[in-house]
Amino acid sequence: MAAKKKVTNKHNQQPTVDEMKKLYHEMVLIRRFEEKAGQLYGMGLIGGFCHLYIGQEAVVTGIQSQQEPQDTVITTYRDHAHMLACDMDPKGIMAELTGREGGYSRGKGGSMHMFSAEKNFFGGHGIVGASTALGTGLAFSHKYKGDDGVCVAYSGDGAVNQGQVAECMNMASLWKLPVLYVIENNQYAMGTSTKRHAAGELYKRGEAFNIPGEQVDGQDVFVVQEAARRALDHVRSGKGPYVLEFMTYRYRGHSMSDPATYRPKEEVEDYKKSKDPITRLKGVMFENGVTEDDLKVIDKEIKAIVKETEEFSKTSPEPAPEELWTDVLVEVK
Amino acid sequence: MPIEILMPALSPTMTEGKLAKWTKSEGDSVQAGDVIAEIETDKATMEVEAVDDGVIGKINVPAGTENVVVNTLIAVLLEEGESADDIANMKASSSPTPTAVEAPAQNDAPVAQATTSQSEGADIDNRDILYAQGKVIQPPKFDEESFWKNTEETTVREALRKAMSEEMRDDESIYVMGEEVAEYNGPYKVTQGMLDEFGDKRVIDTPITEHGFAGLAVGSAFTGCKPIVEFMTMNFAMQAIDHLINSAAKTLYMAGGQLGCQIVFRGPNGAAARVGAQHSQCYAAWYSHIPGLKVVSPWSAADAYGLMKAAIRDPNPVVFLENELMYGQTFECPTDPEYVVPLGRAKIERAGTDVTITAFSLMVGKAMQAAEILAEQGINAEVVNLRTIRPLDRHTILESVKKTNRIVACEEGFPQNGVGAEIAALIGEHAFDYLDAPLERVHAKDVPLPYAANLEQLALPQVDDIVNAAKRACYKD
Repeated sequence: MAAKKKVTNKHNQQPTVDEMKKLYHEMVLIRRFEEKAGQLYGMGLIGGFCHLYIGQEAVVTGIQSQQEPQDTVITTYRDHAHMLACDMDPKGIMAELTGREGGYSRGKGGSMHMFSAEKNFFGGHGIVGASTALGTGLAFSHKYKGDDGVCVAYSGDGAVNQGQVAECMNMASLWKLPVLYVIENNQYAMGTSTKRHAAGELYKRGEAFNIPGEQVDGQDVFVVQEAARRALDHVRSGKGPYVLEFMTYRYRGHSMSDPATYRPKEEVEDYKKSKDPITRLKGVMFENGVTEDDLKVIDKEIKAIVKETEEFSKTSPEPAPEELWTDVLVEVK
Repeated sequence: MPIEILMPALSPTMTEGKLAKWTKSEGDSVQAGDVIAEIETDKATMEVEAVDDGVIGKINVPAGTENVVVNTLIAVLLEEGESADDIANMKASSSPTPTAVEAPAQNDAPVAQATTSQSEGADIDNRDILYAQGKVIQPPKFDEESFWKNTEETTVREALRKAMSEEMRDDESIYVMGEEVAEYNGPYKVTQGMLDEFGDKRVIDTPITEHGFAGLAVGSAFTGCKPIVEFMTMNFAMQAIDHLINSAAKTLYMAGGQLGCQIVFRGPNGAAARVGAQHSQCYAAWYSHIPGLKVVSPWSAADAYGLMKAAIRDPNPVVFLENELMYGQTFECPTDPEYVVPLGRAKIERAGTDVTITAFSLMVGKAMQAAEILAEQGINAEVVNLRTIRPLDRHTILESVKKTNRIVACEEGFPQNGVGAEIAALIGEHAFDYLDAPLERVHAKDVPLPYAANLEQLALPQVDDIVNAAKRACYKD
């Protein structure tokens, strides 16, 4: 895979064409990766739970483009895109999905549990709400060490109803912890719509703790960037946490086994046709002189990356039986 | 090699005694179980039995000698084919050194003794993998006795605080967090004065929000902080148990070893005094069920000090189960700051030959009292202080049972799937043929703990329960 550089548009300037191309590269990589994961799941090469991010690409891509290298990221089980955005190797991610030795957790974590201490990505957590609490702890650690870092703690709309989310927002505000709470509101907590599971507005969930919050269009990567920049500046300046609720949509079911019969087909089609984040980005790029041929070059690069990723995830061997017993405890020397 | 017969400790508080009488002379044949001498302790005159067959080769301490320190060589037993020449060839280095003599405790707490007569332990590669596989392996090496030359009287509370403070002075990444730990000086004063010394960055009062601050602390440990999380009682940790298990214990494995979680969760566990069912549960069995956690439960001040140091230094998540009733009890405690008791090593608090009594936390004290009563009735009990519940020191338990052939497993928790049940399984799997009597368990009655004083007394395991169980195991009830 070609080395991926961070988008540098952090000064509220009109993004350059190069920056747009990078955003496009990241978002299309996420989509093609997830489509491939869905395909491999169908072939029985990926098992268990597998939660795809298709439709939500602008959110993580836009936020990550505004972060600093020392920042940390943590999320829930819909985590493949966050890892790609953190510049983790797609081969290692896909090989984890197939449960192979070459996976980030050597096949012991799976789709929901991957980590890269090197890339400041701290999971990959399967318990709804846990990423918010753990992320508040990562922020605590940033402040404790005084490293000027911020933790971006993602959760879904379903997680905001967990008690620990309120508990941690309270402490984060009390202690002015550098944490950006990102709520990816894809409008369904598993099969229950936000209207049916949440009273009030999600971005106001920090209000009682004096945490500022905003609701943001999560389908426009430039709008995401702008909001993230605003929020990160606030958090990094020592003013404490910030809540960003991104309105977004997942095209697939909650997980691979979910037929998503709880929502009308027209609703899905509407998002795909008129609110797709990649289509929107392309529109802006065309307005700025980018051509179909320019995009084809990027598409081709991504196709090669995904092919290589697929190959690796199929050929990497299963973990050795001895792996069963390792990493239960850190050996005490 | 001739067998050394050492001055035995015949009560939990005995450090020396009078060798009143030899009932055998040099040259006499003895069989295991024969009475060979009489010893006067501070409480009673006791008979000493031979543990092995042989011929009395030499009597080193003549009858009538007073103030014979425990573990002094008092006689030598020759095995078949050995002669007096073999005694001369015994290495000088094998002579036992008397153990550190401690002043008696100032309260009714039984004395934690330096004396151990268990295996030295072993350095083993892949120890934790073997633990994970449930293998019986020798515990980590530890020269317990070498630390008992210099001791001071310390309460359990002070020992915990001292261990935490010393470690915090050496390592800036350690912080303490919990309800009332800072400005209030600790709900049970364990953290008293620590805010003054370390400041509010490192000694942190939390809201009453166990789930939240447990998760927060685990998250901070992912990037190198070393939190000590105090729960006001382990009962409240049930609010937080998801993070102890799903986040702290499992991440190392789920991350393929990339990142772990160096954290201590501590607080009082088990019953205090008439605080009702919701504040009185023992969680040793719950946490010790979980791979990826270590579970520690100290009894004495020495345990509290040495195990807390080990827990803080351990790179894994450790659940440290204290006991409110023990906080104020005074014990002798080694002063050496490197008294770091390895996790996974039990301690034989009282050597014995007739029945093994395993216990942890408060129940060790009750077991010691029971052993004293049993001794008066002619039953010489061996008390094994488990110290660590996970990894369990299977080796020491089994070696003791192979010697005594009887076992009473004590705990304050409920019986089903309890620590005693685990020990029963261990014995069933590895020492079945050594048992001369069915295993006995002493535990809380299988009911939520009642409030009424008489009912609480009935529900919690008492010294008499241990005595009676041991007598049943010895067929002397």
